[in-house]
Amino acid sequence: MDFISIKETADKLKNKKISITELSNIFIDRINKNANLNAYIYFDEDNINHQISSLFHQESLLNGIPLAIKDLFCTKNMPTTAASKILKNFKPTYESFVTQKLLNEGSIFLGKTNCDEFAMGSANTTSYFGNVVNPLSTKKIPLVPGGSSGGSAAAVAAGLCLGATGTDTGGSIRQPASFCGIVGIKPTYGLCSRWGIVAFASSLDQAGIFTNCVDDAAILMESIAGYDNKDSTSANIEIPNYYKSINNDLSGKTVGIPFEYNISGIPEEISIIWEEAIKTLEKGGVKIKKISLPHTKYALPTYYIIAPAEASSNLARYDGVKYGFRSEKNESLDEMYEMTRKEGFGKEVKRRILIGTYVLSAGYYDAYYLKAQKVRKLIANDFINSFQECDFILTPTTPSAAFPIGEKEDDPIKMYLNDIFTVPASLAGIPGISIPYGKSKEGLPLGIQILSKHFDEQTLFNVASYLERNNE
Amino acid sequence: MKIDKKTTLKIAKLSRIKIEDEEVDELSAQLSSIVDWVEKLNEVNTDNVEPLSNVSMAKLPLRKDVEDLNDKSEEVLSNAPDKLENYYAVPKVVE
Amino acid sequence: MNNLIKGKKSDWEIVIGLEIHAQVKSNSKLFSSSPTKFGSSPNSQVSLVDAAMPGMLPVINEYCIKQAVKTGLGLEAKINQYSVFDRKNYFYADLPQGYQISQYKNPIVGEGKVTIDFRDGSSKDIRIVRLHLEQDAGKSMHDQNPTKTYVDLNRSGVALMEIVSEPDLRSSEETALYITKIRTILMYLDTCDGNMQEGSLRADVNISVRKPGDNYGTRCEIKNLNSIKFIKQAIEYEARRQIEIIEDGGTIEQNTLLFNTQSGKTKPMRSKEEAHDYRYFPDPDLLPLNLENNFIEKIRREIPLLPDQRKVKYINELKLSNYDSSVLIAEKEVSDYFDSVFEIHEELKDSSKLVANWITSELFSILKKNEINILQSPISSDYLGQLILLIKTNKISGKIAKDVFEEMFINKKSPKDIVEEKGLIQVTDIDEIESIIDQILETNTDKLKDYKSGKTKLLGYFIGQAMKISKGKANPKILNEILLKKLT
Repeated sequence: MDFISIKETADKLKNKKISITELSNIFIDRINKNANLNAYIYFDEDNINHQISSLFHQESLLNGIPLAIKDLFCTKNMPTTAASKILKNFKPTYESFVTQKLLNEGSIFLGKTNCDEFAMGSANTTSYFGNVVNPLSTKKIPLVPGGSSGGSAAAVAAGLCLGATGTDTGGSIRQPASFCGIVGIKPTYGLCSRWGIVAFASSLDQAGIFTNCVDDAAILMESIAGYDNKDSTSANIEIPNYYKSINNDLSGKTVGIPFEYNISGIPEEISIIWEEAIKTLEKGGVKIKKISLPHTKYALPTYYIIAPAEASSNLARYDGVKYGFRSEKNESLDEMYEMTRKEGFGKEVKRRILIGTYVLSAGYYDAYYLKAQKVRKLIANDFINSFQECDFILTPTTPSAAFPIGEKEDDPIKMYLNDIFTVPASLAGIPGISIPYGKSKEGLPLGIQILSKHFDEQTLFNVASYLERNNE
Repeated sequence: MKIDKKTTLKIAKLSRIKIEDEEVDELSAQLSSIVDWVEKLNEVNTDNVEPLSNVSMAKLPLRKDVEDLNDKSEEVLSNAPDKLENYYAVPKVVE
Repeated sequence: MNNLIKGKKSDWEIVIGLEIHAQVKSNSKLFSSSPTKFGSSPNSQVSLVDAAMPGMLPVINEYCIKQAVKTGLGLEAKINQYSVFDRKNYFYADLPQGYQISQYKNPIVGEGKVTIDFRDGSSKDIRIVRLHLEQDAGKSMHDQNPTKTYVDLNRSGVALMEIVSEPDLRSSEETALYITKIRTILMYLDTCDGNMQEGSLRADVNISVRKPGDNYGTRCEIKNLNSIKFIKQAIEYEARRQIEIIEDGGTIEQNTLLFNTQSGKTKPMRSKEEAHDYRYFPDPDLLPLNLENNFIEKIRREIPLLPDQRKVKYINELKLSNYDSSVLIAEKEVSDYFDSVFEIHEELKDSSKLVANWITSELFSILKKNEINILQSPISSDYLGQLILLIKTNKISGKIAKDVFEEMFINKKSPKDIVEEKGLIQVTDIDEIESIIDQILETNTDKLKDYKSGKTKLLGYFIGQAMKISKGKANPKILNEILLKKLT
């Protein structure tokens, strides 16, 4: 039996074509056989068996469905490392709001997936637990899966789970989804609770989903979205039935094509798939509107001021006092802090903390952080204005297909440019989905991104579903 | 260079991250280039623009003043690298 | 009032500003639901949020906001309808998040003032710059182990109101009066319990010196003083220290200091070698606070009459002296008790001085002797009022009343019951008193002869005898009058 979609698998479970244990064993076997991908940081068969034996039967679709959880979500029965040495042995005594929701519906967690350390990266090359390999790599050239949620993307793409959670701060779900040829969605800021997710950049972080198809993404998004009174930025709104409401009839809708996403130097193949997607939408009765998001080119610099600034503060708690790694060099309190954080954090994390500290420091706050928050407002306004003229926006997800591991490591900025199409939406807080669309010259997957208004995830599912069905 | 060695060491101190001498130069160069890159924002006219500190459009939620009486000392200390009875232990601070 | 200190070479003026940290009286902490009780076993009042576990988020306590607004109104200050919570970033063992959630550029309360009253009846306004809400830190114990410091986070996250004054204070005495006044107001408002020993109220003192007329000198900050006595000592020491340095030709280094209560000296805090750069920025986990007008007005309506207002009332309406009024308003419970005497017994309003005296001398002394406070007084304001009425209506003498009072304290009975039981009703009947006097004069003829020949001091003897026979119940005034008449 093949297991690609949650919906189909749920039917098989319901019709007793397969048992929960048998199902999980298939995935356990696959995970063992694909250890070279290094997609999982934590994987323990006993743990899975224990989950199954203590499972209460739920009527829900997700009952018995095996999922993978990005190791940024605090899980009670599995360690949570944030892919960092500094949390190597951390065992939370609490369950994140999002993962608790999945557990409440009876899903099985196969393990914790690898990612960039503290979610900082675009290639899953900064993890303390080693790089993740894109399942589409050949033996000769290991490719990056994207980041930061590289492990979750690789796990879904390689069939090592039926769906996975990720987090997206500047593109950390959408970009790896594109590199691995799967579906990835970042919801509107505030739709999902951040409680229990290791914080990177508080005003940007959002939990999201990787799946093999759009239907599954809608199913999982419905499960994880919802108000949490423990998160003061959580949106108090009712979650629609995304899955049941998917409507492929897009006639009369208008798609916005942002002029500024036509970046020079982008490989031709990216423009080709973009054009194809536009044509496909046209065939479905969608009107095409050229729009302008004039502040697009400032999005990355804006992000790389705000995100590190917030991160520098969020990561101050990793100090060797309450939990996590503590350096043996601890003669004085300050020495303990300095050595713990020197030894416990990787290079990229340290770089970002330093940048963040710098831009917030005395004399620089106005010039950098305050300035960036103002430009952010302009970027957000660009989207708000454009949604007066269109119902959704279509762009490529990434400026390239997956690249070999080791590339772009010499200059941090080269790595940052991977997020050029995904970051603006993060800054504006609007939702975005990436679906696989077309292939690069080398036959690697490319992705197309759909963006919509705040809390209009339904449009994302509708458009994504349509494109998925009409993909050549 | 925007961020010189002295500044790098100062920021590192503020961030409580020890930087070894061998690392300072490369780090200063990387930080400088990032800062140069983000200064692109100076091209944008932001007169009369309000900063956007949070995309959430909601009101600040308020919590009722009801205390949770459960003693969680065991839980919060469970991951502590060093503790004694119910205290966290750290290297001694001299005031 | 001349507050100048004499240095070796000239007169000096001390300039003082205070930052008071007052713990908000609330059931739970500012951003978490942990309890706020003092003295609980270590780390038993610490939640995942307080311990800064990964993924934890703050949710603000509505009641703490109300308490801050209420305090602002009590300080006659402007309530800012828009305020922002900022992160103040620094590293310390008792600061689990590595930042404190505070308010920087947009505090919840703006400018206000507090009036301090001097003994001579004059007063002075001390301006308040602002009040903001912030998290308290945990506690570190440095002296339990030679190489380790122990940390208790129970206090971490408790809501604090930081009240900042302008540098309007000019002496340790003014400072003591100011902090006492603030404390009294907060306790009237019930927004802080004012317990300085438990750390509910602490102050950082900013102090500099200058020659009168000069610009402000360089100031030093003495941190974390939690008793008025030590605040005064620290100010006096530090002022002298600064004056001495300047007069010897030196300059004052801006420093953060600690006051050593054993030595009575200030010294720089070692851990603050480099200037702190707190890198304030708005906390992205919290949205700005917007207060509606009716939210503020509702709180304003809840505010009881404050000390200054009560004092005015006592002076103007009840004709009490400034001094007596000051004593009565010093604690809200005393003032409430005093007020309730008149609420129950309106007719005592023209005997306000008598009531005041009974409270401030008799009641205070018996409470002190028994180590209880006025809220625990077995003598209610109603019964005290009844007792005083008995005196006023000549039913008993003041002296007898004192005995009744003691009996009331022990047995909690009403004065009427005690007087009746013990038959203490004063004798005011003229015939009866006359007959007692006659009896005494008849049985003390030689003393009577002595009196008539000039030993007028014997009047006291006759009065004493009359009291003895009447068992103290003879009305002294009437007794005196009739006795004098009979002796001439």
